[in-house]
Amino acid sequence: MLTLEQGLIRQGSFSLAANLTIEPHKKYAVIGPSGAGKSTLLGAFCGFVPLTQGKLLWQARDITHAAPGARPMTMLFQDNNLFPHLSVQQNVGLGVRPDLRLSSDEKTQVESALARVGLADMADRKPGSLSGGQQSRAALARVLVQARPLVLLDEPFAALGPALRNEMLDLVDALVTETGASLIMVTHAPEDVERIADEVIFVASGTAMAPQPARALMENPPSELRAYLG
Amino acid sequence: MAHRTLQVSTKTGISAATLVLALILAALGAVFWRAEFGSLLGPADWAAIRFTVLQAVLSALISTVFAIPIARALARRQFVGRSLLVTLLGAPFILPVIVAVLGLLAVFGRAGWLNAGLAAFGLPAVSIYGLQGVVLAHVFFNLPLATRLLLQGWQTIPAERFRLAAQLGLTPQAVFRSIELPLLRQILPGTAALIFVICLTSFAVALTLGGGPRATTIELAIYQAFRFDFDLNRAALLSLVQLGLAGSAAVTALWIIPSISIGGGQDRPLKRWDAQGGVQRMLDGAVIILAALFLLLPLGAVLARGLIGLPQTPASVWQAAGNSIGVALLSIAVLLVLALPLAGWIATTKRSSVEGVGLFGIAASPLMIGTGWFILINPVADPFVLALPVTALVNVLMALPFALRILVPPLRDTVQVYGRLSQALSLQGWPFWRWVVLPRIRPQIGFAAGLTGALSMGDLGVIALFAHPDRTTLPLQMYRLMGSYQMEAAAGAALILLALSLGIFWLFDKGGRWHADA
Repeated sequence: MLTLEQGLIRQGSFSLAANLTIEPHKKYAVIGPSGAGKSTLLGAFCGFVPLTQGKLLWQARDITHAAPGARPMTMLFQDNNLFPHLSVQQNVGLGVRPDLRLSSDEKTQVESALARVGLADMADRKPGSLSGGQQSRAALARVLVQARPLVLLDEPFAALGPALRNEMLDLVDALVTETGASLIMVTHAPEDVERIADEVIFVASGTAMAPQPARALMENPPSELRAYLG
Repeated sequence: MAHRTLQVSTKTGISAATLVLALILAALGAVFWRAEFGSLLGPADWAAIRFTVLQAVLSALISTVFAIPIARALARRQFVGRSLLVTLLGAPFILPVIVAVLGLLAVFGRAGWLNAGLAAFGLPAVSIYGLQGVVLAHVFFNLPLATRLLLQGWQTIPAERFRLAAQLGLTPQAVFRSIELPLLRQILPGTAALIFVICLTSFAVALTLGGGPRATTIELAIYQAFRFDFDLNRAALLSLVQLGLAGSAAVTALWIIPSISIGGGQDRPLKRWDAQGGVQRMLDGAVIILAALFLLLPLGAVLARGLIGLPQTPASVWQAAGNSIGVALLSIAVLLVLALPLAGWIATTKRSSVEGVGLFGIAASPLMIGTGWFILINPVADPFVLALPVTALVNVLMALPFALRILVPPLRDTVQVYGRLSQALSLQGWPFWRWVVLPRIRPQIGFAAGLTGALSMGDLGVIALFAHPDRTTLPLQMYRLMGSYQMEAAAGAALILLALSLGIFWLFDKGGRWHADA
């Protein structure tokens, strides 16, 4: 369970308040207008954006000041999720050990993760020679080997076409179900919410609201959300 | 946005910086310890100061202005021999000064090709000696350096930008304004300042093409004060002037050297869609041909004369060549140990002033550092025994600013683009260097190492002060042959020196770019 307690993020004139809890094994969609602070919220979870006030707790342990890599989560950014000079296998291997000194068991683990996302034949290729969908799969293979209890997606599939994006979302859905992780994903598309999310965190007017059940919320949105959905 | 900026080699970087400062300051201290300040600067010294500044300003301006069209033409044209030409652009700068002077004399000298051509048309001969010769030699050395620095900057512009420009159908002027001008604004002032500072401490060019009351640089005046008069007082005063002048220039340079950071791309090969017009093609072609001629003619002259002289080279030349190789390899090793952590520290620190540590090395006169260490070593050991290691060390200090200029920008980019991902993966310390930094900046490491090796191989400076009959480097041996009028043997030695300098540069530069496809 991840809890953001009385959190406040201030960056110049921008501010975002959040007081919310992420339950295990659930999938959350973060929606809201551009510039409302969806990415900032994920950045705060991950340790890239400092909390001006408040605390971040993981299983009652304070991780407010923990280094990004020491947090129980893995994040996919909008871009630059892979090192272009390393092979797919090495990129995934970094999720197992940052020094890439993999034992044979760990190598097997990387290989089976690549097989799981359908990239078994691409292990020695560099990201630049892969398609956008394959690059996403490689990044997801790394998420798989990291096996963290929380998976954060900051629109990593935004550049993909609708069919491919749905394919990726289904793959993410399957992967987090297999690993038992919670998922927090930023999205602009209401159909993504329907497709994958149990709960919705609506971010607007300087506040990230507490999660609400997705179906009920989308069927009967409050006025601000209705204005956003159009 | 990142509040936890990635820290790269802060401790080792500070240690390296401290060591560099200590090496320079100890030498400075030694010089002043031995100097007695009885007199002030005389009129000849003031003339040297004026001449130094004037030739440095002219050299920097001419080099950077001409580098723009050349780098632009090379960045957007693909042609047979392009990569060879780009490699050759490294040549004059890594060319031993004394070898280049031999080549320039063959083309522009009294009996050179240019004057032969002028005479054929009944025109008066031009002289290569004095201000014009010093500036010509400096431009010959620094125009290619500026071009390569610009070209490297140009190649960091992601191909996506040019694709976008092509998509928008931007005119050449608009491409220049929106993509290239911002880049130039970032790189040009620093490049010009760097060349200015390099030329301030020019020694060997002034020794061979300048001299006399009207064309003596401060560095040459320091050498003469030591070598001919052993006037430590005057040399110390001139060293102080040199340090103040070049030091303040270096500090000013830092003010106008901005951080170079041009976003990430997907490392696709640079393909250009703009500048396909006929006039632009012709202009680019003419620029490339002129630049190539300016570089190749003097080199060709060295080659032709060297081949004739090669059979006459004495055994002492080969022995000196062996020493030079050792000095060059030692310089490279020490440079990398110092420059990499320094670059990592500079790239991630907020204060850009720390880059001054590197520039400080060139602001201080190499001859002053050499003499300072001569004075320090003398009571403890025989300085002539240590002549070669001291030469290597001074060469490292000379090469350090270039190495930092080459290493810091790509390191800064790497941290900016991949720092967040690395932090998320707990990549830090050695694994971060091993898997992220070193592979990403390998071409620049190779370039910096090659430059250092060649610079060290061809340096004729400190070793001249330590002159010892048995322990010499190849440039000094060549200078001695010229001094004793064994011109053919000197030409042969020049060819060997040229081959060694270019060879060591090629080896490392190529090694860095080998399979650096991503």
